[in-house]
Amino acid sequence: MKFLVKYLRPFFGRMSIGISIKILGTVVELMIPYILSHILENVVVTQDIRQIIFWGGIMILCALAACICNIIANRIAARVSRNFSERVRSDLFAKTLRLSSAQTDAFTIPSLESRITTDTYNVHNFVGMMQRMGVRAPILLIGGTAITLFMDRYLALAMIAVLPFIFITVYFISRKGVPLYTKVQKASDKMIRVVREDTQGIRVIKALSKSNYEHRRYDKVNKELSQNEQRAGIIMGSVNPIMTLLMNMGLVLVVALSAQRVADHLSSPSTVIAFMQYFTQISMAMMSVTRIFTMYTKCSASARRIAEVVEAPEDLTVAEESQFPRKDNGAHIEFSNVSFSYKGGGNDLENISFSLPRGGTLGIIGATGSGKSTLIRLMMRFYDVKSGAVYINGRDVRTIPFKEFYPMFGAAFQHDFLYADTIRENIDLGRHLSDEEIISAAKTAQAHDFISAFPEGYSHMLSQKATNISGGQKQRLLISRAIAARPEILVLDDSSSALDYKTDANLRASLRENMRGTTVFTVAQRVSSVKDSDLILVLDEGRIIGAGKHEELLETCTEYREISESQMGGAFVE
Amino acid sequence: MNKNPNKHAENHKIDRKTAKNILIRLFGYIMRYWPLFLLAVVLTLISNQLSLLGPTYSGEAIDAIANENGVNFTAVKENVIKMLICYVLSAITAYLLAVIMIKISQKIVLTMRKQVFEKLTSLPVSFFDTTATGDIISRISYDIDTVNSSLSHDLIQVMTSIYTVVGSLIFMWQISKPMIIVFVITVPISIFFTRYRSKKVRPLFRTRSRKLGELNGYAEEMLSGCRTIKAYNREEEISERFNARNKDTMDAYYNAEYYGAALGPSVNFINNLSISLVMIFGGILYMYSQSGAIQTGSLFFITLGGVAKFVQYSRKFAGPINEFANILHEFQSAFSAAERVFRIIDEAPEPADTNAATPLLDVKGEVSLKNVSFGYTPEKEILKDISVVAKPGKTIAIVGPTGAGKTTIINLLMRFYDVNSGQINVDGCNMKNITRDSLRRAYTMVLQDTWLFHGTIYENIVYGKENATPEEVKKAAKAARIDTFIENLPNGYDTMLSDEGVNISKGQRQLITIARAMLSDSPMLILDEATSNVDSRTEIKIQEAMSELMKDRTCFIIAHRLSTIQNADMILVIQDGKISEHGTHEELLSLGGFYSTLYNSQFS
Repeated sequence: MKFLVKYLRPFFGRMSIGISIKILGTVVELMIPYILSHILENVVVTQDIRQIIFWGGIMILCALAACICNIIANRIAARVSRNFSERVRSDLFAKTLRLSSAQTDAFTIPSLESRITTDTYNVHNFVGMMQRMGVRAPILLIGGTAITLFMDRYLALAMIAVLPFIFITVYFISRKGVPLYTKVQKASDKMIRVVREDTQGIRVIKALSKSNYEHRRYDKVNKELSQNEQRAGIIMGSVNPIMTLLMNMGLVLVVALSAQRVADHLSSPSTVIAFMQYFTQISMAMMSVTRIFTMYTKCSASARRIAEVVEAPEDLTVAEESQFPRKDNGAHIEFSNVSFSYKGGGNDLENISFSLPRGGTLGIIGATGSGKSTLIRLMMRFYDVKSGAVYINGRDVRTIPFKEFYPMFGAAFQHDFLYADTIRENIDLGRHLSDEEIISAAKTAQAHDFISAFPEGYSHMLSQKATNISGGQKQRLLISRAIAARPEILVLDDSSSALDYKTDANLRASLRENMRGTTVFTVAQRVSSVKDSDLILVLDEGRIIGAGKHEELLETCTEYREISESQMGGAFVE
Repeated sequence: MNKNPNKHAENHKIDRKTAKNILIRLFGYIMRYWPLFLLAVVLTLISNQLSLLGPTYSGEAIDAIANENGVNFTAVKENVIKMLICYVLSAITAYLLAVIMIKISQKIVLTMRKQVFEKLTSLPVSFFDTTATGDIISRISYDIDTVNSSLSHDLIQVMTSIYTVVGSLIFMWQISKPMIIVFVITVPISIFFTRYRSKKVRPLFRTRSRKLGELNGYAEEMLSGCRTIKAYNREEEISERFNARNKDTMDAYYNAEYYGAALGPSVNFINNLSISLVMIFGGILYMYSQSGAIQTGSLFFITLGGVAKFVQYSRKFAGPINEFANILHEFQSAFSAAERVFRIIDEAPEPADTNAATPLLDVKGEVSLKNVSFGYTPEKEILKDISVVAKPGKTIAIVGPTGAGKTTIINLLMRFYDVNSGQINVDGCNMKNITRDSLRRAYTMVLQDTWLFHGTIYENIVYGKENATPEEVKKAAKAARIDTFIENLPNGYDTMLSDEGVNISKGQRQLITIARAMLSDSPMLILDEATSNVDSRTEIKIQEAMSELMKDRTCFIIAHRLSTIQNADMILVIQDGKISEHGTHEELLSLGGFYSTLYNSQFS
């Protein structure tokens, strides 16, 4: 909650104006039942119609004033919550993008997503409701109680005695309801999972004639969901009847006790009528307070989840060169005894050393999970090494400021992302490159021809995740993006796997020709994609098991030879 | 998929006739449980009648208290007890009612979900090829939930509201006919106002929901590329773009809330206005009644208790009137949700096997296509006049550029789709005269998209052959070169395959599906890019197992890698929906056509 207060502080001024207006409106509204009892008790006996109309008019004025005040206050509240949420969400998103990869892995992408969407939404709602009802309800509650105490202390106390019961029952039932609804949510996820699996695997299910099996599997989760829903519903269904009952009990109590009071001339029948009015108002306020309470639990969980991200420490900091000294030996990129582990257990990369001159080309090959992409991630400092060091131009990557560091790279990753925008924008990625740069990059990446074939050319819109172009086309766009700013270091992580051999060969030739001077890292499954590299690393379970040129490796590295032979005349049609 | 459920709040207009049909159908579901429903209706009436009686007794109690000759304690006591009984009984009936309605609606929802799901499994594959998974899921979860809450909540609400409005009116009528005039003024104001307001505000809220959905979509999209954004140092640029959208969204929020803010207080005002008017009017009448100017028994006569009761009833009366607009809106959503659900239930299933259809027995595995033509849509023919014969135990490889129709042939062989013209025979018998189940069971299929479900690895492998022994399962896994990996997992074969659980690579998933295929003993085999996700070294290792799998079976193979293709008994080159070349590897090479060009390109 400290977090929320921090973000709300700039709006305290405006909020206090809004709250004052709200208080005014609420107090005026509280007057209405009071005037009502006044009319019945004191005005009617005067036998003066003008008096009745006068006081009735005041009642209407009070109602009108309450209405206007509430509207104004609500609008101020809307403004405050609008500005508040905009700021929270904007900070949250910016911070999310700045998280280190290790932090992103720890939070997980889906969880970060739901923090930006659901959690901010919950907090927004709470801040809005807090201002609208959070003030009104307590005032109605306290003010109403105060006035009744003033009118007849004895009756008021009887009435107040009922309130804690309302609060306690509702609070406990809701508390009991929350875990039940969590169960419902879980059961519902299970049910949805079966549906999702089966829609995706319909061919397999039909091929194996497993419809009946799937019906049984679904029946199980469907029934489980229904049972949970029913259980939660039955518990929560008791809230309203119990609340109404308690409220009515209070009324009965007031009526019963007032009989004696009136007989003793300590109270009047009109007071009883006003009491009933107040009591309804107070009970309504009580319900709101209870609702705010349950909302509060939901909101504070959300606020905590947002704060976790926004307040996460920067864990990839730029260190001084005194801490990680330079190593000037002319190499453009050097890995020196690098080991790394994602989860702190066994090493995912072990003792990797190699160096590459400026303009050199490196090929990395190995089975899935052998650590190819990890090596790239360390070079690009998505993660920090566990031991050893990575040098670029002789400087330890941990000492290079990010603004200087990342512009050195152009990268096309495996399953990289394309988004719903034009092709041009997807290549540009907000870097404000010129048309020439973009077209020339697309030409080099063998993408220009297919882009030009679209009626709108470079303005062709991609759908979300670029589902409207083929896998090979996607990869060529990603490569265009990677080379468009003419980076010092080009990283191609399994980024030509969907290209047919002919296009792949053309691409490699044109990269060689047009990207001279650029140091290139190529990760691939296909030998043909790396065989011309100056240095090829063969990785297996995080270790280098072979390093050298294609011809050397064919002789020295059995695994490399095996892969190569299996692929010679290997894959072929697109 | 757009995760924002508000999206569905944008109801499309349903015409009256459809609405009537939906209503009748929904009512049909309710009537399956008519005894319970009847009980619910009776309980609603009782519960409401009881809660309406409450104010009557309290009014009488007040009259007894305000008795000119001193407090009439017996009458007060009597009325207090009556009030007590009324309220307690009313609470009990209200709770019973809630429970019954939950039971009814749960039964209905259970049935609906079952119907939708069972319909899904009977639909032709084409339905799934053309409908987004997210859409199906939102129908079976969100839409059915909407119908459910409408049934269990709104239905009672409407009955209660109508009863309360009518009941209050009758009571008020009995207390004082002239004072009803107040509502002749305020009720129309209230109705017109809320209608006018919601007409104005609803589109704003709709915009708000849409904008929020878009913003969420954008955030999700960008987060999926957070590593790339980092690699290109674009955090600030992307954050700025997000902020622009965020501002837009928040403006839409503010707009909606700004105009929405007036609704609550205004309705409150109208309520207070009616009470004030009741007070003025009632006060005057009471005054004259007190002074004797209005005779007891006159139309205008009113007691203090009468005024009190009237005020209480008028509060009861005003509530539901204001709620009506909301409830009508919710009914609209429920209707369009129900319509979407019914549309799936009404979808035409895969046509039944013809009467002449017989199960395929003792399959030898001869498959022949005769002049087969096919297109997913009538405008675009994918396969044109394809004829080919696969002898039992032979391997047919299908090669061709993307979109040439390779996978389409598989769809036809499995009869996921029916041919437009021509025919496919299995063992000389037209496929249309074979039951689908037995035809499909004659094939084993390994596809590029590995399909595993949430369950243990064992369950996933044994899926194709439920009566397989654990030894057989292990043998299959060994053959697929996945046994060692499985045994090394903490829970071995009992490891749950889940989204968040063990990290299993795409390649390993594919090996599990290959193990599943190894278990099957069907005479024909379809491999559609079956090893595309397995890396080269593993592929070499399972090659032997694949040959084992292919032995003595009629095989149809679509593959990238030549090693599998070049040993095929026949290679079909499909281009533009036609077989452009066919023959063995050597024959095609010497032909010097498309195949040889492709083959040679890799050496250039």
